[in-house]
Amino acid sequence: MPVIVVEVMPKAELLDPQGKAVAGALQRLGRSAFSGVRVGKRFELHVDGPVTDALLADAREVAETLLANLVIEDVVSVRELEDVEA
Amino acid sequence: MTSEAPVVHVDSVERAAATPDREQPYAALGLTDDEYAKVRELLGRRPTSGELAMYSVMWSEHCSYKSSKKYLRRFGDKVTPKMREHLMVGMGQNAGVVDIGRGWAVTFKVESHNHPSYIEPFQGAATGVGGIVRDIIAMGARPVAVMDQLRFGDIREADTLRVVHGVVAGIAHYGNCLGLPNIGGETVFDAVYQGNPLVNALAVGVLRHEDLRLANATGAGNKVVLFGARTGGDGIGGASILASDTFSAGGPTKRPAVQVGDPFAEKVLIECCLELFHGGYVEAIQDLGAAGISCATSELAANGDGGMKVDLDAVLLRDPTLTAEEILMSESQERMMAIVTPEQLEGFLAVTSRWDVETSVLGEVTDTGRLEITWRGETIVDVDPSTVAVDGPVYDRPAERPAWLDALQADSAAALPRPADGPELREQLLAVLASPSLASPGWITDQYDRYVLGNTALSFPDDGGMIRVDEESGLGVAIATDANGRYSLLDPRAGAQLALSEAYRNVAVTGASPLAVTDCLNFGAPTNPEVMWQFAEAVDGLADACLALEVPVTGGNVSLYNQTGTTAIHPTPVVGVLGTIDDVAGRIPSGWQDDGLNLYLLGTTALELDGSAWAGVVHDHLGGRPPAVRLEAERKLAGLLAAGGEEGLIAAAHDLGEGGLAQTLAEGVLRFGVGARVWLGDVEERDGVDVATALFSESTARVLVAVPREEDVKFVGLCAGRRVPALRIGVTDAESGLLEVQDRFEIPIEELRAAHEGTLPAHLGPRVGG
Repeated sequence: MPVIVVEVMPKAELLDPQGKAVAGALQRLGRSAFSGVRVGKRFELHVDGPVTDALLADAREVAETLLANLVIEDVVSVRELEDVEA
Repeated sequence: MTSEAPVVHVDSVERAAATPDREQPYAALGLTDDEYAKVRELLGRRPTSGELAMYSVMWSEHCSYKSSKKYLRRFGDKVTPKMREHLMVGMGQNAGVVDIGRGWAVTFKVESHNHPSYIEPFQGAATGVGGIVRDIIAMGARPVAVMDQLRFGDIREADTLRVVHGVVAGIAHYGNCLGLPNIGGETVFDAVYQGNPLVNALAVGVLRHEDLRLANATGAGNKVVLFGARTGGDGIGGASILASDTFSAGGPTKRPAVQVGDPFAEKVLIECCLELFHGGYVEAIQDLGAAGISCATSELAANGDGGMKVDLDAVLLRDPTLTAEEILMSESQERMMAIVTPEQLEGFLAVTSRWDVETSVLGEVTDTGRLEITWRGETIVDVDPSTVAVDGPVYDRPAERPAWLDALQADSAAALPRPADGPELREQLLAVLASPSLASPGWITDQYDRYVLGNTALSFPDDGGMIRVDEESGLGVAIATDANGRYSLLDPRAGAQLALSEAYRNVAVTGASPLAVTDCLNFGAPTNPEVMWQFAEAVDGLADACLALEVPVTGGNVSLYNQTGTTAIHPTPVVGVLGTIDDVAGRIPSGWQDDGLNLYLLGTTALELDGSAWAGVVHDHLGGRPPAVRLEAERKLAGLLAAGGEEGLIAAAHDLGEGGLAQTLAEGVLRFGVGARVWLGDVEERDGVDVATALFSESTARVLVAVPREEDVKFVGLCAGRRVPALRIGVTDAESGLLEVQDRFEIPIEELRAAHEGTLPAHLGPRVGG
């Protein structure tokens, strides 16, 4: 069954408390190569038929009206997931 | 955002002097032509872009109070020595501080976060809590409780659900994560708040007298230290610009990056600050809220010796691409600025390091009388800080009594048909009890932690919240906040006084003695002369009433431009009253728990249905004049309740407010599920009113008390001695399971409960928590 993946990230200029917490944990674990972390969300939308451009446009609309809060987040990608595992 | 590659050149003071004719975007930043000209005149040159950023945010309505200042002075004018007796810090600092005895002091303040909470309800409301809590920390106090005054649009509108869910979850998130009990408040649904909800957050803090800190940067050579979260691009120009302009009718058009808060970072900041205070490492301190570093540096300097030199390159940034102007205006949350002596700096840094709170020394206090800020090696700000923070523009805006007011006041609810027969009275009581603004707010308050810290003596659904301050003696404080926009529309002067009366009474019914006031004045656009008139009337009225009740205003906040398009909200002056009680163990609950207690109605009832909940719910009517303000009677009543409570004569006391006696009886029964049998004939006869008026009138200075039979004689004697009218109107009945109004109607408690508790879940979804 095809899957559309929507990725949402907190807006770049805003504080990301989750990312900050993970970054802090990495520092404590000595993983200092990773200097910053931002945490976003990934949604997988299952669809019955083939993924058309119209459906992707629909998914984008859903992403921008429901999945993401555009005041504080950005929709960074809406795409079909290749190689779906059974 | 500009698409051109950023040209990095510093707009220094030198460059500003050399390029006097450069065009500057002052209008986009909210400054008027006159204000910009004034800045140029003050500086004797054009401002640098950094100075322009500072002046524009600090001279915004939100930060400068430029339209309201003229009126707010009245609070300071109308104060007696007795009112100052307990006041350790009055208006003008981060929050007022009141001496409550035994070496303890309490600080409290209410502040608005209305506009951000409409744009982004969750983060807007959450950072509203965070902001007011930092004001409390800045006084040297440990925050111990919060509460909220909320106004939402029509509960049946879809957008109201968006706002309610976000705001309530945001308050719960921030407050619960901080571990602060939410001990009360008020929620009203009214279509006038549809495009402009009100989110007023109050916080209370406790301190020992010696821990008091002020925001005064004194002592040349002392260090200016910024600590807490890093500075990022959050809410640049957010609260300050945003709260100073009106939303256009089409919804929010200005969508600047709002702020995102981190309550866990704030919790660490609280503990870190308290350790710094107790260690004596801090000379002065200021929180960073609206206008960020611009506000903190200029206010600290202006309140102190007047000089400060700060290097913006030392500010720890989350985003290294921020410009100097952005750093000055950023409203990143969870930051504080302290003034520290050079000798204490090492100890200070050791404490912040132990708490893992990032800290940087930005500069030092000077005696030059100038606030100088450098960035990338050049001076970008060189101003007299008082011109930024204190002596901003003051407007005497035109005020005019609205022409429509006479017609509105003439349209009295007294002309509306009033029920006389039992079934109709019963039906109307249930309708009022189930109306969104008078229904149980449990759906909201159950999402808040009310008992964390273990010092909550009273909380929702009691009339006021109560917190124990001193565990040994039981010394505590009670707080209540109230506002009635409907009354205030009909008569803003009386409306503000009635808000004070009710909050005062709500503190008194807990057994505490009212001591001090904070206020948050929510109004429409000051450029509208009618709004300005409403504001002036409300401030005048409140100042007069505070003087009459001898409770000083210790601080608060003004929120203007609360309107969508040309329709302003109802004037909504929120008044918070704080009182003290010697031992919280002696508190008076709002409902009765035992069988056979006598129910006394204190005060008298008149035909005062104008602006009432009954007129609104049953007849969709708003007109006439609000109930008479009876301050002397309120004072006597408060004295009686304190005395009766101390002697243990009162088993329960509940204020009569919106919804009148009907609402109070229903809530009294519902509190512990103990019924009551009531007769109204004596009230009708003594006061010359009909039964509907007896039940629904909102006459002030009235309280329903439950008195144990064995204390009856003493209680009646006390009322007579203190000249408080008292009438026995019923008895409690643990067996019947009914609220019975004799010869009229009876309602099973379960039916009352279903009506009262069903409304919010029916509209907002299933209850959570609880």
